[in-house]
Amino acid sequence: MEDIEAIAVLQDPVRRRLYEYVVAQDHEVSRNEAAEGAGIQRTLAAFHLDKLVDAGLLVTGSRRLTGRSGPGAGRPAKLYRRSGAERHVSVPARDYRTAADLLAEVADGARLDVELRAAAAREGRAVRAAAGPIEDLDAVRAVLSARGYVPRTDADGAVLRLVNCPFHVLSEQHPALICGMNLALLEGLIEGVEGLRAYLDPQPSMCCVAVAASKNSDD
Amino acid sequence: MTGHHLAQLNVGTLKHPLDDPRTHGFTSMLDTLNAVADRAPGFVWRLVGDEGNDATEVRTSLGADVIVNMSVWESRDSLWDYVYRSGHLDVLRRRAEWFELPKTAFQVMWWIPAGHIPTVDEAVERLQLLRACGPSPSAFGFKDKYSAADAGLVVMAADATTTVQTTG
Repeated sequence: MEDIEAIAVLQDPVRRRLYEYVVAQDHEVSRNEAAEGAGIQRTLAAFHLDKLVDAGLLVTGSRRLTGRSGPGAGRPAKLYRRSGAERHVSVPARDYRTAADLLAEVADGARLDVELRAAAAREGRAVRAAAGPIEDLDAVRAVLSARGYVPRTDADGAVLRLVNCPFHVLSEQHPALICGMNLALLEGLIEGVEGLRAYLDPQPSMCCVAVAASKNSDD
Repeated sequence: MTGHHLAQLNVGTLKHPLDDPRTHGFTSMLDTLNAVADRAPGFVWRLVGDEGNDATEVRTSLGADVIVNMSVWESRDSLWDYVYRSGHLDVLRRRAEWFELPKTAFQVMWWIPAGHIPTVDEAVERLQLLRACGPSPSAFGFKDKYSAADAGLVVMAADATTTVQTTG
């Protein structure tokens, strides 16, 4: 029941806001930044951040924010980032992870990439149909956000990066198959939307798929 | 040079000849991919045929339509990052378009002393070993995490931490 206890820690709305802020950033977050991001006091943020660490949802590292080192550089700041551990609760107990792993292993061995991509594209289209009209990157962001991808737009707002890979463990085991599936899913989602394009752009500790908007004359 | 490197061979049976338009998607990406490999962190060496800048012309005892790819890396992680976390992933995603379904192991890796350049014969031998006997410290795949020490290579004290990481 360790997982259920960890998840219960997120039930507190302030704590959840802090957690969501920290995991959406592309860097480790200091207490000050987390407090500002969640709109709460620093001491309160520190209290909740440490609760999240105790539950194994966040981990800490320390680094001097000034970039200086040696005597006089100051005490290293405590920095927070998402823990790599995954938490699952299913009531009653179900084990889709093992099933998915076995299915992926067989599909990988049989080279069912094309068939899996076709199925994923259909799923993407179904998601679009359920979500309503998708016309721009903001709409894609909303849909992917609801599906756990933690999307983040880059500085000029033209590319959506996905901070969380919802298929992480499988994608580490069967990257070509699973990342190809994920790409096809997002391609299905934005199919026919003018000016949007999904592509593979693998980066460490992120989803391998990115979605780009081509600049049009209205920009 | 001291320490050890990771050698890797992968082979593929082409569905159509290299100059066939249906193989163009693969051949047109080769130069880019090789350039990415050459610049990748931890890259040490890759096999290049006598002509050109890749190994597509190299033939082995494995068959006339089997092309090979062979390289040496500083660690398992550096090889993994190149294979699965670079532009290379997009070509892997489309592998079924160009290559026959492998009926047996199509890639193998093994530890070598740093500085050693493996021959194609040596690589094919490792692949045959993997096919015949399954994974071992002498011939294994990405799912198997054998270290250089497992393979009987002398691990220098300074390398000990690296070994721990690659097996972790």
